[in-house]
Amino acid sequence: MAERTEDEVIDGIWNGKLRYTANTQLEHLHARYTGTGHADLTKYEWLTHQHRDTLSSIVGHAPLLSYLALADGEAIGRVKFEMTERMLQPCGPPPKKDEE
Amino acid sequence: MHLYNLTLQPPTATSQAIVGNFSGAREQEIIISHGTRLELLRADKNTGKLSTVIASDVFGQIRSLASFRLTGGTKDYAIVGSDSGRIIILDYDPKTSSFVKLHEETFGKSGARRIVPGQYLATDPKGRSVMISAMEKSKLVYILNRDTAANLTISSPLEAHKPSAIIHHIVGVDVGFENPMYAALEVDYAESDQDPTGEAFKNAEKMLTYYELDLGLNHVVRKWSEPTDPRANLLVQVPGGQLASSDRFDGPSGVLICCEDHIIYRHMDAPQHRVSIPRRKHPLEDPKRGCLIVAAVMHKMKGAFFFLLQSEDGDLFKVTIEHEDEEVKALKIKYFDTVPVATSLCILKTGFLFVVSEFGNHYFYQFQHLGDADDEPEFSSTSYPSFGMAEPFVPLPHVHFRPRTLLNLALADEMESLDPILDAKVLNLLPNSDAPQIFAACGRGARSSMRILRHGLDVEESVSSELPGIPNAVWTTKKREDDPYDSYIILSFVNGTLVLSIGETIEEVQDTGFLSSAPTLAVQQIGADALLQVHPHGIRHVLVDRRVNEWRAPQGKTIVCATTNKRQVVVALSSAELVYFELDLDGQLNEYQDRKAMGSTVLALSVGEVPEGRQRTPYLAVGCEDQTVRIISLDPESTLETISLQALTAPPSSICIADMLDASINKAQPTMFVNIGLQNGVLLRTVLDPINGQLTDTRTRFLGTRPIKLIRVLIQKNPAILALSSRSWLNYTHHNLMHFTPLIFENLDYAWSFSAELSPEGLIGIAGSVLRIFQVPKLGMKLKQDSIPLSYTPRKFITHPSNNYFYLVEGDHRVTGEIAAKKKLDEMRAQGKKIDEEVINLPSDQFGRIKAPSGTWASGIRIIDPVEAKTVAWYPLDGNEAAFSLAIVPFSARNNELHLVVGTAADTTVSPRTCSSGFLRTYKFNEDGTGLELIHKTEIDDVPLALLAFQGRLVAGVGKALRIYDIGKKKMLRKVENKSFSTAIVTLATQGSRILVGDMQESIAFAVYKAPENRLLVFADDSQPRWITAATMVDYNTVACGDRFGNVFVNRLDPKVSDQVDDDPTGAGILHEKGQFMGAPHKTRMLSHFHIGDIITSIQKVSMVAGGREILLYTCLNGTVGILVPFVSKEDVDFISTLEQHMRTEQNSLVGRDHLSWRGYYVPVKAVVDGDLCEGFARLPGAKQSAIAGELDRTIGEVLKKLEQLRVTTSGF
Repeated sequence: MAERTEDEVIDGIWNGKLRYTANTQLEHLHARYTGTGHADLTKYEWLTHQHRDTLSSIVGHAPLLSYLALADGEAIGRVKFEMTERMLQPCGPPPKKDEE
Repeated sequence: MHLYNLTLQPPTATSQAIVGNFSGAREQEIIISHGTRLELLRADKNTGKLSTVIASDVFGQIRSLASFRLTGGTKDYAIVGSDSGRIIILDYDPKTSSFVKLHEETFGKSGARRIVPGQYLATDPKGRSVMISAMEKSKLVYILNRDTAANLTISSPLEAHKPSAIIHHIVGVDVGFENPMYAALEVDYAESDQDPTGEAFKNAEKMLTYYELDLGLNHVVRKWSEPTDPRANLLVQVPGGQLASSDRFDGPSGVLICCEDHIIYRHMDAPQHRVSIPRRKHPLEDPKRGCLIVAAVMHKMKGAFFFLLQSEDGDLFKVTIEHEDEEVKALKIKYFDTVPVATSLCILKTGFLFVVSEFGNHYFYQFQHLGDADDEPEFSSTSYPSFGMAEPFVPLPHVHFRPRTLLNLALADEMESLDPILDAKVLNLLPNSDAPQIFAACGRGARSSMRILRHGLDVEESVSSELPGIPNAVWTTKKREDDPYDSYIILSFVNGTLVLSIGETIEEVQDTGFLSSAPTLAVQQIGADALLQVHPHGIRHVLVDRRVNEWRAPQGKTIVCATTNKRQVVVALSSAELVYFELDLDGQLNEYQDRKAMGSTVLALSVGEVPEGRQRTPYLAVGCEDQTVRIISLDPESTLETISLQALTAPPSSICIADMLDASINKAQPTMFVNIGLQNGVLLRTVLDPINGQLTDTRTRFLGTRPIKLIRVLIQKNPAILALSSRSWLNYTHHNLMHFTPLIFENLDYAWSFSAELSPEGLIGIAGSVLRIFQVPKLGMKLKQDSIPLSYTPRKFITHPSNNYFYLVEGDHRVTGEIAAKKKLDEMRAQGKKIDEEVINLPSDQFGRIKAPSGTWASGIRIIDPVEAKTVAWYPLDGNEAAFSLAIVPFSARNNELHLVVGTAADTTVSPRTCSSGFLRTYKFNEDGTGLELIHKTEIDDVPLALLAFQGRLVAGVGKALRIYDIGKKKMLRKVENKSFSTAIVTLATQGSRILVGDMQESIAFAVYKAPENRLLVFADDSQPRWITAATMVDYNTVACGDRFGNVFVNRLDPKVSDQVDDDPTGAGILHEKGQFMGAPHKTRMLSHFHIGDIITSIQKVSMVAGGREILLYTCLNGTVGILVPFVSKEDVDFISTLEQHMRTEQNSLVGRDHLSWRGYYVPVKAVVDGDLCEGFARLPGAKQSAIAGELDRTIGEVLKKLEQLRVTTSGF
């Protein structure tokens, strides 16, 4: 194994530091922008995010709410309420975590 | 393909309404949001009629609206939350009659996103701050204040975020002048997301949280947070705070929490009060079903306040709070009245209630009582232990009321709304109509209707009376200049003149000074108190004392035409000479010394009205037989000199000079228009330059087949022109812009203004030998609606190819069908249960129908005669069957006899889509199609959502399967099937052996039927997933579709692929081709794409003008009717696209949404120009107009003309 040049060492430090700051930035971004994905996102989390996004988009677009209300024979107010309620847990309970 | 999108009828669905003194006058106005449009309404407090003051497109999606007033102010502002990621404060400027954006603060990304605020708005009742909130987490508080110049200021935002909290509602708490406080209904999902057992989800608490804005420290703190009812959905502000002048409290402060089945009063450190929402006493009521409050309004009066809450059935409840200072003694609720289910309720101080219906027409009611004196039972929190909160999570026992007809409210006005349009067809069915009508199936539930929309102004006739002969002209006149109303009606016949006086009755009079033995050419009230009659042999000047000064036409010559105004008279003689008279200061009519020889017979003459404060109008227009119109000076310095000349394509039949306001040309003062009607039915409109008398900016329009007559009239105190040809048209100014609209009325031969006490702004016309007096009541409504009531929500309809009847399927989910309901009631009667007949017989169009559990349907098939506007037959369906689709099929196995096939399903649930069984019901037409006879009913495995006739057989989209059926003796016989569709087939279209299949989520697929091998193969599809709602074939290879997210797009198949598929006789080639991207072997190419902002429910290729180009006309769920016009030349595309680019920079969206990103909401806009934006050019200030026109190398007039031409030649609107 060849010895590392000074440049490489500096590079390594830089990279590590950069990676460290980038990570905290990313965490900050995740906290700030709910629903942003990351490398370790599970299928369940992704799906839940998708559903919450969709539900809030339906509530935000009045024509879509009317469309659903017409199809279902409910009042718009009821559909809006049920959509918002469903945001709490749109895809059922999370899967059990492995012991490890 | 480049398209031009133009809205003919803007959306009428209303998502929210707010009330306030927006103009700053002592009058309340209402601002309503149509989703993509804001409209300001004003109510006449005497007549109770609503009128639109302004309406403007915002090019964005409005999600919330709130009004607020700064402390001590007199004017309200509107705050708008939208999908632009910005908070907008709007001011209504009554001077320019427009909305002015005062503040536009950016806080986030655009789009209706989960954590970007805009969904909810709450204002501090004292107008010191506003909270804007997202669906989740984010809440921002802005402080509002005044600067030294009394301008409104807005602070930078203060955050009141709570991560992982879903927000149900927010409201401002009334705390008087203490620190502003907001209440929010929130649910935290952090724990439920982590708990696999589901325990945390079950125990998730809905919190009522108070956020306090500390004005001293300038930040927001979470003050108080307590769990409340888990099914709470709405908060209502309760008045509070102390007046500075007295130590009395306005109210107890706090909030009303509306929950399923309950109303809770809640405030920090105060006992709660809870009452149950009363339920309807209906025999078929489902006791397990909860009841939600969907709309609420609080109204403060002097020393008192009350709430009106509306349940999802439409019942209004009056809620009152008994309190001593800040201590609540009781919360009381009682039934008030029943009105259509609303999205918003507004109470005006003048005693009106505006009900913004969630679907259908909006209603304006006047309060008759406040529900104080009736004997309706009242339910109070004091009748329960601990004010109903002894066991907060156990529901209170149900209480009931009996619904009844309106007692406390009376209908004052109704705003027509097409929302929702579920299906529409454009056809020309009505007799005597040269433009097609739009037939739209609208509405929901028992308030549904089939509406016939005709382009034109509605006319109200007040008098119609037969005359002894056929007159050729009619006039009305006052006796004196300052009379408020007309005194005489003058009718000219071939050989005489009849004068009628207007009084209590209309009767003939003799001694008026008018000559009755000759026909009349013109009548004028001239000078202060004299009258003038022009007849073929002279002019009679009738003075106030009945003396008559007569000017006689020279021997051997007669007067052929004449024009008059208050001070000037011009007549043309049969010798082609003009004679000019002017009134002098003594009231004498003087002839000008010279006569002007025109050299060609004069056919038409016109002078304008005398401008205010002037002696005369300086221009005369003369139309001659040599196909010219000359402008002749009447100025004393150049009297009777020709100034300019316009050549025509046909001899003129009538000319009319009128000064009318058109803000697109001149915003400050009226423009002088010369309207020239030709004998071939074409109208030319030119602008007369007031300085040099030149004619510029000529626009032409075809009005009808008869020579045109033009008459200057007054409409709503403004000058207008009535143009009569084979149709009658009105040219008028509305909202400062000029409009040209046909009248929906019988053809008139002549008409004039008519003003009497009972009809101050009427018109009088003659049609044959009938005299008619009428008004044009609503200038804003360009589509006249006639409606046919329906029973349930219409789903689809089709027309019969020969008899013009409509066959319509209706169906409502969660409603018990009429047959099933009757059976149930009979059973209950047989069991000896008491049934309140009055309640079950309440009209369902006002009270709705009692809700049934999911999976219950009421449905039927209706036959409609659209010409007579009535239902011919109605066939209700039984067995919980609901109809979803229908087709008229000429089965070749039955000698091409037409059959109606209706696709139904029993026990259908909507989500997920299931049914116990689907059916194809085959009917035979009886008695020319007025009746149906069921031949057989075929059981199928899924819901048939689309049916179509195809080569003498039936093609059906049954769930995910595309099938071809042929008719058999006992049932339909399945011939071939293709099951490659992913979700559900919703649309079908065909040409030749090609079938275009629209999938609910996977766009349009091109399929082909290969008869020799009996194969049904999909050979091309779309590369994008699209949630199709409507589709039509534009040509053999092209399809235009609308999707569920408000987009419209056009897809085209490569013609090479098309030929290749058609040339393959067996389809073996396609069968063995490799699929692409997990789909068909070929993909269509997207040609154009545009976001409308409303869900398209029908799209059709049609020509709207006789002989005009074919266009795409679409109708949308929220009531939008629009067209897509293909451009014919590359130059037009370049010109209009450049104009659109300039308009994007000049006209900022009122909600701060970037236009390009709005029109490209989901997919970038492609090859479509926004005509609504371009037409905004007419409203721009003059300087900007000329700058843009300069950039385009055109004059302003040319740009306006091009825009008008695009609209008129394609839609006729």
